[in-house]
Amino acid sequence: MAGAKEIRTKIKSVQNTQKITRAMEMVAASKMRKAQERMREARPYAERMRSVIAHVSAANSEYRHPFLVARDEVKRVGFIIVSSDRGLCGGLNNNLFRQAVRELDRWRSEKVESDFCVIGNKGGVFFRRLGVNLLASTAHVGDAPTVDALVGTVKVMLDAYSEGRVDRVFFIYNKFVNSMTQSPVVEQLLPRLPSDEDEVRHRWDYLYEPDARDVLDHLLNRYIESLVYQGVVENIASEQAARMVAMKAASDNAGGLIDDLQLQYNKARQASITQELSEIVGGAAAL
Amino acid sequence: MPSTIRLDIVSTERELFSGECAMVIAPGVMGELGIMPRHSPLVTRLKPGEVRAELPQGGEETFYISGGILEVQPHVVTILSDTGNRAEDLDEAAALAAQEQAERMLADRGSDIDEARARAELAQAAAQLQAIRRLRNRR
Repeated sequence: MAGAKEIRTKIKSVQNTQKITRAMEMVAASKMRKAQERMREARPYAERMRSVIAHVSAANSEYRHPFLVARDEVKRVGFIIVSSDRGLCGGLNNNLFRQAVRELDRWRSEKVESDFCVIGNKGGVFFRRLGVNLLASTAHVGDAPTVDALVGTVKVMLDAYSEGRVDRVFFIYNKFVNSMTQSPVVEQLLPRLPSDEDEVRHRWDYLYEPDARDVLDHLLNRYIESLVYQGVVENIASEQAARMVAMKAASDNAGGLIDDLQLQYNKARQASITQELSEIVGGAAAL
Repeated sequence: MPSTIRLDIVSTERELFSGECAMVIAPGVMGELGIMPRHSPLVTRLKPGEVRAELPQGGEETFYISGGILEVQPHVVTILSDTGNRAEDLDEAAALAAQEQAERMLADRGSDIDEARARAELAQAAAQLQAIRRLRNRR
């Protein structure tokens, strides 16, 4: 009978695929929860840091750190881009890259060239193919990234800024809105834009050791690093959420495919039985 | 007069400690600091070393930090701890490593494309082979 056996093998293979996508869905769900936890844990540091910086810079208004001063003329901009190391997470990376390319084109139309630092494997591959000026890249930061793993890439960009090779630094990553929504965002990292949260409620006259300038330099470096770290963690949570959704869709599709195949199989089986029966009846009639 | 001071130790990755202390001892860059309640406001950098928190009910907690910032407000001490090993030259090395990786990526562009092409050819050949086999079986 045409295909009954082949259909059965096909069903088997789709079932196997479905098992894998189901497993991946569950793994992604648990990793997403862990990443969300990490996002939450990283928050206090950045908040404390922001309040200390606000205090210190309010108390030392005469010293303006270059990270806080906007430059009038923008000749070159830098991008730090966070992407995932692995695929199978729907359109997450592509949406992000599209956003980045749009930014790049926007600056290009104003005759401003761009430099890139890329975190994550997918971004490295994409931007290499795009042929942009890649200053640094880090890949395989894993599901539980450490600040250590990111320091190098961030430092390259901060140095470029300090030395005046770039006049603005943007940070592009996927913001984790909820498990169904992740949206690529472009944030200006340097110079740091003052925000409402920088409002100082109480003002202390600090003692500084060794001096205010040294402390502020140190603080700002760490602050930028912590922002990047947070973005990376958020991107990981987004990646897992996107993968979870993509794998759920894949499992559902596999289910639909199995139903169709099952129907085909039943039809084929029935047809073969009918044929056999009619052969027997025909044979009996001939006698 | 309060006899305790609140201590928060946070690192980029998580919160390490949060609670009331009788005294906090921390390794400042200019020397070891002991901070008791109502210490005057202070900001300093920390050296790698031990932070000791003396608890009000006796006993103490010890944390190793690899540097960071200490901030003292009248009733709160905040330690913004670095994670991992941080030193100027180590940071430099990390930056160089990141740069090298970018260069390496740019350099082996050719081989990667070759690999992709080879893979595509292989897939095509395999498909042809399969088709031929199927034709043979039909005969």
